Amino acid sequence: MKNARADYLIVGNGTAAVAAIEAIRARDLGGTITLLSKEPYPAYSRPLISYFLAGYIGEDRMWMRPLDYYGSMGVDARLGTEATGVDTSRKAVLTAEDGGIEYGSLLVATGGSPFIPKIEGIAPLTPGPKRAGPEAGRPSPPRSRRGGEGDAVGRAGVAGLSSPGLAEGVFTFTTLDDAKAIGEYLSLRGPERALVIGAGLIGVKAAEALRARGVQVTMVELADRVLPLALDTTGSRLAAAAMKAMGVEPVCGTAVRRVKRKAGRVVSASTADGREIPCGMVVVAAGVTPEVGLLKDGSVPSDRKGIPVNLRCETAVSGIFAAGDAARGDDCVAGGSRAIPIFPNAWRQGAVAGTNMAGGDVKADRLHAMNSVVVFGLPTISIGQATATGPGYRELARLDQKAGTYRRIVLKEGRVVGALFTGDIRRAGILTGLIREQVEVDGLEDLLLNGDLGLLSLPSDYRKHVVAGEGIEV
Amino acid sequence: MKRIYAREEHCIACRLCEITCLVRRSKSKNIVKAFRNEKDRITPGIRVEESGRLSFALQCRHCSDAPCIEACIGGAMHRDPATMAVVCNEERCLGCWSCVMVCPAGAVTPGKDGKVASKCDLCAGDSTPVCVENCPNGALVYEERKG
Repeated sequence: MKNARADYLIVGNGTAAVAAIEAIRARDLGGTITLLSKEPYPAYSRPLISYFLAGYIGEDRMWMRPLDYYGSMGVDARLGTEATGVDTSRKAVLTAEDGGIEYGSLLVATGGSPFIPKIEGIAPLTPGPKRAGPEAGRPSPPRSRRGGEGDAVGRAGVAGLSSPGLAEGVFTFTTLDDAKAIGEYLSLRGPERALVIGAGLIGVKAAEALRARGVQVTMVELADRVLPLALDTTGSRLAAAAMKAMGVEPVCGTAVRRVKRKAGRVVSASTADGREIPCGMVVVAAGVTPEVGLLKDGSVPSDRKGIPVNLRCETAVSGIFAAGDAARGDDCVAGGSRAIPIFPNAWRQGAVAGTNMAGGDVKADRLHAMNSVVVFGLPTISIGQATATGPGYRELARLDQKAGTYRRIVLKEGRVVGALFTGDIRRAGILTGLIREQVEVDGLEDLLLNGDLGLLSLPSDYRKHVVAGEGIEV
Repeated sequence: MKRIYAREEHCIACRLCEITCLVRRSKSKNIVKAFRNEKDRITPGIRVEESGRLSFALQCRHCSDAPCIEACIGGAMHRDPATMAVVCNEERCLGCWSCVMVCPAGAVTPGKDGKVASKCDLCAGDSTPVCVENCPNGALVYEERKG
């Protein structure tokens, strides 16, 4: 079925889209749903691409739902169809293929796009195929004046030898196609060494997958430490030690300036502080920005920080919703409006948007940053303002060097606003609960830092609320 | 749905709930053999918290709006359609510990092998979970309460 009009139109096919489909269908079995996705695949779990590249799981494990999902949910899914714009006066989304699709309500769940810093030699001299997504809102990759050592810059567009829009041997790492392209390159070119630009979550997971495939990895991070957004100095030191133990070399506090080639092949990279790093391939993991290109004409307000939404996940235009990595809403811990590009928030916002599109009235409140990432065997969990420091914040920290465990709790006005766990992450979620529910913890500081964290030590009202569940107090 | 509720004023921290859970999860199903040979590999789905005279046993609350299911990147954590219990499909679990991060009860934990998440499964549809059945003091009850 191909509808020219849909009661519900969803652009994007990630976590938020799946959550929205299920929320809509929980309230409305008859309404028509159309979904547009620039990627050709059924909805897949994006964080799994590193496990896929590492070879831990096959492609069949990527899919979020059974393969007959769209049919069984009554969704007209147009996979591989790019939405190019929104005409709010006509209430229609434009595509390259036809006159567009009119909608009753619209969900923009376009996710994020990798940020490409200006580095000589990572973009092709000759324009390659355009990245599949809308281009607006993202800085265009710099054109190199010339390739390294006078050689031609690698050609883009050789299938499997780069990510879209980048030169041969240069990849981003946010899509299944990126993971497949890197896998192809490893098979074809067999690089011994890789350079990963950026030691954030994506960079670390890329490095881990490359190590699993037998590639030596150097990581270059602009900040003074690895995982700078998730971990503080001490936590980062433990993470860096885990990385080094597994043969990854982190280089912090500098930037890659130039990727050099010989006969078109990546051979090394030079940094701002004068290092020369040998490498046969490059993964750019310098951050992700909300993909707002669909709204480039300005009729729905958005900026490079994302599409502002209210707690109902509705944009400034009635009937148009946004969810997931493309949207920015209230951060209940740090305050302000920001995109919080994590899997559980995408799910929550998608579900809330879907419910409201289908006539409900629910809120995606209490969203905040949190990340759980295993860094080369070292489990780390970072919740809320885990790295906050300075006036107004009180920090509690306990490092057990021998056990390799570290816990940091950040308090503000008698409440927990951030928590960091490395090594021993058991019951870390208790802190997530305290942060989310803004529980007063005055006098409990020692117990929160205690290794044997439990509910028992918490205020009895809160404890009974958690134990008894929704609406029941024992 | 029926859930397990703790009555903390009845709990004497005997930890029989932990022990019976561990034995049920053992291969031998024998308390002596389980403790002698398997203890270090099995994670009980229930944990007694104790401080002074106050104690209670806690396991997964099987939340109706379970944050661990929403956070699971691998599609492992799900609701069993038959029992309505929140359960982890260990074949799909990748050990990312997102579930550990979001559980406000601290009731999902890395298993002792450090590879997959471990939690209460309400004894997979048994009429009464073993922890409730074996509590000598009536400190654990399995019942339906209106929410």
